[in-house]
Amino acid sequence: MDKRTSLAEAVAELRDGMTIGIGGWGSRRKPMAVVREILRTSLKDLTIVSYGGPDLGILCAAGRVKKACFGFVSLDSIPLEPHFRAARQAGAIETFELDEGMFQWGLYAAATRLPFLPTRAGLGSDVLKLNPQLRTVRSPYDDGEELVAMPALELDVAFVHMNRADAAGNGQYLGPDPYFDDLFCMAAKRRFMTCERVIRSDEFLKEGSVHTLLINRSMTDGVIETSRGAHFTECPPDYGRDEAFQREYAASAKDPGAWQAFFEKYLSLENEAAYQRAVAAR
Amino acid sequence: MSEATRAEVCAVAIAECFRGDGEILVSPIGTLPQIGAKLAKLTFEPDLLMTDGVAPLLANVLPVSGTERPDPVVEGWLPYRKVFDQVWSGRRHVMMGATQVDRFGNQNIACIGDYAKPKAQLLGMRGAPGNTINHTTSYWVPGHSDRVFVERVDVVSGIGYDRAAALGPVASRFHAIRRVVSNLGVFDFATGDHRMRLASVHRGASIEEIKRNTAFELAIPANVPETRAPSDAELRLLREVIDPGGAGNAEVRA
Repeated sequence: MDKRTSLAEAVAELRDGMTIGIGGWGSRRKPMAVVREILRTSLKDLTIVSYGGPDLGILCAAGRVKKACFGFVSLDSIPLEPHFRAARQAGAIETFELDEGMFQWGLYAAATRLPFLPTRAGLGSDVLKLNPQLRTVRSPYDDGEELVAMPALELDVAFVHMNRADAAGNGQYLGPDPYFDDLFCMAAKRRFMTCERVIRSDEFLKEGSVHTLLINRSMTDGVIETSRGAHFTECPPDYGRDEAFQREYAASAKDPGAWQAFFEKYLSLENEAAYQRAVAAR
Repeated sequence: MSEATRAEVCAVAIAECFRGDGEILVSPIGTLPQIGAKLAKLTFEPDLLMTDGVAPLLANVLPVSGTERPDPVVEGWLPYRKVFDQVWSGRRHVMMGATQVDRFGNQNIACIGDYAKPKAQLLGMRGAPGNTINHTTSYWVPGHSDRVFVERVDVVSGIGYDRAAALGPVASRFHAIRRVVSNLGVFDFATGDHRMRLASVHRGASIEEIKRNTAFELAIPANVPETRAPSDAELRLLREVIDPGGAGNAEVRA
């Protein structure tokens, strides 16, 4: 099956109030073209589930986020995500803040259709106090140990960005870390994969070893070729992080006027191609 | 060798945190923790596992500064999903930062002020809850002040000894906070109820200065030693191999 589609068609499936999972990690291999496409719609009240970076920051700055589910939000080379900070410090968003490992466990539980998975992570910390919906569970075996029952993080839609994909929806990462993109896809009802380049299936092993084929086609519903679609986050080996642009983005958090100017210059353009032209023209 | 700088004293104090760790993953977060862990690996703890900050595990020690870029020797692969497995297996010692830390070693890196509308949003919980319940943790504080060493942390990210004790012996059996190293001294929890104790004072700092900059009452033994000075061999490694660009001295100037 040819699953190739467009950003606009994929994002058209989203509805206000949905729970959206976004792959990648911090300012690394984020499906940013999707985030930019969301800004071209009127979508609002989203719950964003993310190892957070500028995906969450931009959506917060644009007022699209009702609730953030995160373990951290960082731009890596700029440790604190300034737009996310501004939203938090204004009390503008609800939170479901987790330990990073609990977050993975929640995705894994959703991926494997379990109601929860047990873990020690979170015990004794304020994760449990700040999220009173979290429960513990006692081991049914002789040890009787009490553990956190990390609930499944079920997603309505997941977006991930790969280096390569084929039209059938198989995906390949070529950088050092797969992050949790397979789990995001498996935890979601609808799954969209953007990629740097759509290639023929018989070209995968020329790009990387069999171990780089992270996403199989049963895990995806749509494939979108978005060259430089992770910009300004890194997408090695295709490109590194655009640090100068990231600094410009971070500086736009200093006041509403700066954000408005940044938004108009880069994010209010008619489509992704226009964004990439504006970036190239700097 | 010229006399050690404060940063070099800190680097040795940090290295000492990893003494005896053997063949486990060390995850030093921040510049001086990196320098200290690399010093430990190059001297008394050669079996430590370390990443380059991303997924590859490196057999050799790369400098944190300077112009020399030796080729990395990749001996393994530790993407984040395997980091969490490593954390939960217990074969790890992390040194994290702490925006706030209290007398029992509770650490906050999540936010300052009212959680619903914080005065300052910080990194978030990150891995601190899972780290502290699963394996040995130490903390590094480059700027010792009474705003960091606080009576009560606003959010508990990494759990301290009182929280661990309240969970009971089963849940807390893997919890250990080995040390807190600041720019002024070294602190441990070698007291009856695991309250923070002043273990040593860095040369040039004083007990009075530490007390003045700590918002809670520290356990202070009758005789507090000076933090061990770096040896000439250690200074040579720090200055010529690990940190020829002086990144450590930029982090701690005193």
